[in-house]
Amino acid sequence: MSVFIIRRSMQAALVVVVMSLIVFFGVNVIGNPVDILINPEFDHEEMERAIKALGLDLPLWQQYLVFVKNAFQGNFGESFVYGEPTLKLIVQRMPATLELAFCSLLMSIFLGIPLGLWAGLKPESPVSKTIMSGSILGFSLPTFWVGIMMIMIFAVELGILPSTGRGATVRVLGIDMSFLTLDGFKHLLMPAVNLGFLNLSLVIRLSCAGTREVILQDYIKFARAKGVSPRRVVLVHVLKNILIPVITVIGLQLGNLIAFSVVTETIFSWPGMGKLIIDSILLLDRPVKVAYLLITATMFVTINLVVDILYSVLDPRVRLQDIKA
Amino acid sequence: MKNGSTLIVEDLKTHFFTKMGIVKAVDGVTFAVNRGEVLGLVGESGCGKAGTGFSILGLGDPPGRVVNGRILFKGEDIVGLPEQEMHRFRGRRIAMIFQDPMMTLNPVLRIDTQMIEAITAHEKISRQEALKRCREALVRIGISAPDERLKAYPHQFSGGMRQRVSIAIALLHKPDLIIADEPTTALDVTIQGQILYEVQKLCRKTATSLIWITHDLTVIAGLADRICVMYAGRIVESGDVDSILDRPLHPYTRGLIGSVPSHSKRGEELTQIPGMAPSLLNLQGGCTFRPRCPRAVDACLKMPEITSPFEGREVRCFHPHLDESI
Amino acid sequence: MTVIPEPDSVMDITAPAVPEAETSLRRFISDFTDNKVAVSALVVFLAILFVAVFCPLISPQDPYDLAVIDIMDSRLPPGSESMSGMQFWLGTDDQGRDMVSAIFYGLRTSLAVGATSGFIALCMGASIGLIAAYFGGRVDAVIMRVVDLQLSFPAILVALILLAILGKGVDKIIVALIAVQWAYYARIARGSALVERSKEYIEAAHCLALSNRRIVFRHLLPNVMPPLIVVATVQVAHAILLEATLSFLGIGLPVTKPSLGLLISTGFEYMMSGKYWISFFPGIALLITVVSINLVGDQLRDVLNPRLQK
Repeated sequence: MSVFIIRRSMQAALVVVVMSLIVFFGVNVIGNPVDILINPEFDHEEMERAIKALGLDLPLWQQYLVFVKNAFQGNFGESFVYGEPTLKLIVQRMPATLELAFCSLLMSIFLGIPLGLWAGLKPESPVSKTIMSGSILGFSLPTFWVGIMMIMIFAVELGILPSTGRGATVRVLGIDMSFLTLDGFKHLLMPAVNLGFLNLSLVIRLSCAGTREVILQDYIKFARAKGVSPRRVVLVHVLKNILIPVITVIGLQLGNLIAFSVVTETIFSWPGMGKLIIDSILLLDRPVKVAYLLITATMFVTINLVVDILYSVLDPRVRLQDIKA
Repeated sequence: MKNGSTLIVEDLKTHFFTKMGIVKAVDGVTFAVNRGEVLGLVGESGCGKAGTGFSILGLGDPPGRVVNGRILFKGEDIVGLPEQEMHRFRGRRIAMIFQDPMMTLNPVLRIDTQMIEAITAHEKISRQEALKRCREALVRIGISAPDERLKAYPHQFSGGMRQRVSIAIALLHKPDLIIADEPTTALDVTIQGQILYEVQKLCRKTATSLIWITHDLTVIAGLADRICVMYAGRIVESGDVDSILDRPLHPYTRGLIGSVPSHSKRGEELTQIPGMAPSLLNLQGGCTFRPRCPRAVDACLKMPEITSPFEGREVRCFHPHLDESI
Repeated sequence: MTVIPEPDSVMDITAPAVPEAETSLRRFISDFTDNKVAVSALVVFLAILFVAVFCPLISPQDPYDLAVIDIMDSRLPPGSESMSGMQFWLGTDDQGRDMVSAIFYGLRTSLAVGATSGFIALCMGASIGLIAAYFGGRVDAVIMRVVDLQLSFPAILVALILLAILGKGVDKIIVALIAVQWAYYARIARGSALVERSKEYIEAAHCLALSNRRIVFRHLLPNVMPPLIVVATVQVAHAILLEATLSFLGIGLPVTKPSLGLLISTGFEYMMSGKYWISFFPGIALLITVVSINLVGDQLRDVLNPRLQK
């Protein structure tokens, strides 16, 4: 088991290195690094100094090493727009994004798996047909448009939910959480539902498809033949089997949610990382772009690693396969 | 059919209502199993034998449905009972062993989980007590080191081992009837022999009735007391096993026996039954075996009924082999 | 002893084990048309395609011809009339463009970008996947590592990275969309090809000493097409949505190109004052397009999936 973890961790580390290479070369080879990293408003002398300070007069491979060294120390340069260290900016906004992403994820799991399970058990019933048709809407709807419509209905027409920003927060374990306050929850509701809608449909469809396949298997029939109650057959035998593929996808979806939050945060002016990256692309705040991309990439790799490990915990067959390999 | 039989199946019909038509998988099957008796249900793939087995426990999958018949288990008709009622029988009074040991145990649950739930589905006992019974059951079926096995997952076992576990599960509540659907077909011949021996021993000891479904005559020859031969959803011959093997009446039975190589027929050609089993969607009228039967006569254009040419034997044929032994 | 009967007399009257097999194309069409919803979706999609192709001919106004639009007409609600007597069925946007025309042109751009990127990604991805499957070994391992890596990143992030580096422009968007899609095609193509590769007719082709290229393209490819087509429908739908999202965020198509995403983003500002139509209708158009593609793709997948066949 630990061999598996070590191997996967090494693979993950390799990916991060590759990503850093890609970002680095994106900055230095495709773009002009002087433009990207140095504020274009410096005059000639200041530019010379900055070039030296950033080591841009060194050969490329040395520059890469400097880049990596700086990255490890958390130094990604300063934002043009805010004048503050980029890492600090990103870290400040991370909790908001993570909160949004997690709440969306939880909603889609706790709503999606039961709905999908039901639809899979009774595929011909009108309820499940509605659920399945509804789920097609889920990933055909443009998220940003749905967000706008939600604002229009709930904030403008009905006036019951706030349309922008994050609500009051409460400090838990050193991190600010907003879903624990009523005001915070009201602010969180629309963005979380908007962000999670696509995921919800995905979970429903996966659970339904999985259930339909599993229910035909011999071991389900055997369980019934033993006299196991139908409830247990569904909740233990079927559920555990569909959980494996569903959890894998859901786990990977967390990454997707964090990435896609750029859209939801833009619409609802949610003060997270996503809004930061869009603003920085539009405002040409390049150090922030570079830092965001590298940090997010690392986050993904970590998430994938965790999911892989979780997967092997849930599915005992994977563990043994890897040991034999 | 004696009164007091463990199981009496009367005119059972299970049909599958598909888009392409009605498949009459089981089409009027009647037989009985007595206490402590081993009944062999023999036939080729698709003849309806597995369908019969599943119908007894109400485990048929949609679009299949029991459309006719009675199934009297110790005098009580269990056809069409609702799920809560069937629960009394499944796993407890009537147990089932399936064909493919790879797929009958849930791959993501441990062996002990799957055995304990078979017990607690019917009795309220503590987990410790249930574990003890599982351990004993595994030992009885010939599995050593039961504690390790219990903690393991199905894919860590060989096919033969998995089948032993399935049999152990079937015996947990000392059922009156076990239905075994080709349990040794997927196993190596040597393992097959061991399993047959174990099952036979256990059933004799506890006077459990056994319905053994198979396509393999050699298996049934040493195991069963009586045989029913099935073809295209119906029973075409039944009777005492030795009597049938010595003196098969139905041309199909004769063909089946003749196609098995045996010492006593060394040097002689193996007989074949020409043609293929009919599609249950497009059954032609009359005797279903007629297209492949070397003895077909004009009378065979009508469906023959079950007749009893002599004591203890029944056959569904207008032109059975009455005068010849093999 | 049983006598073996005359073969002829028996074979003639032996009932076949399965009904006559129809040609696979006919069966495919009949399976597909079983689902009425999918058929309607196909019809709707064809209608949209028609609009996209012929929009210069059928739209009431060319919304990108500066001579025709009048700022005085801007932000009019649906059903209003312009100064020149033209009917604005769905209202006008902030520049005075007729919404119907703007939507038509926007659909055209969306479909063009989606289809182009999808097609190129399909060719690229399928070729790479086939090569990986065919040559196996080290080549396969390396290619699949890259594919897995790419697939583990969310599409929008990959697009963001590329656009952040490359900048703005239609061609850059198409490159980003291709980059997002090719890996799916590669994986599907490789999977199917691996299954086919182990079948006997490939060995037979080998024995006949056909060139590698011929085997891959003439023999493997036709059998790999069905799952690719199913994936293609979903991918094109995603590509269309992604492009709209990027345009909405302002980092997609340039302002000068007609785009549904841009319309919606413009309309966002006016929503607070109740001028919903600028965002609403383009969204509906986008929705209908994507839903119809997805429904068709869904049905295709069900029809081609062997595991659900009873």
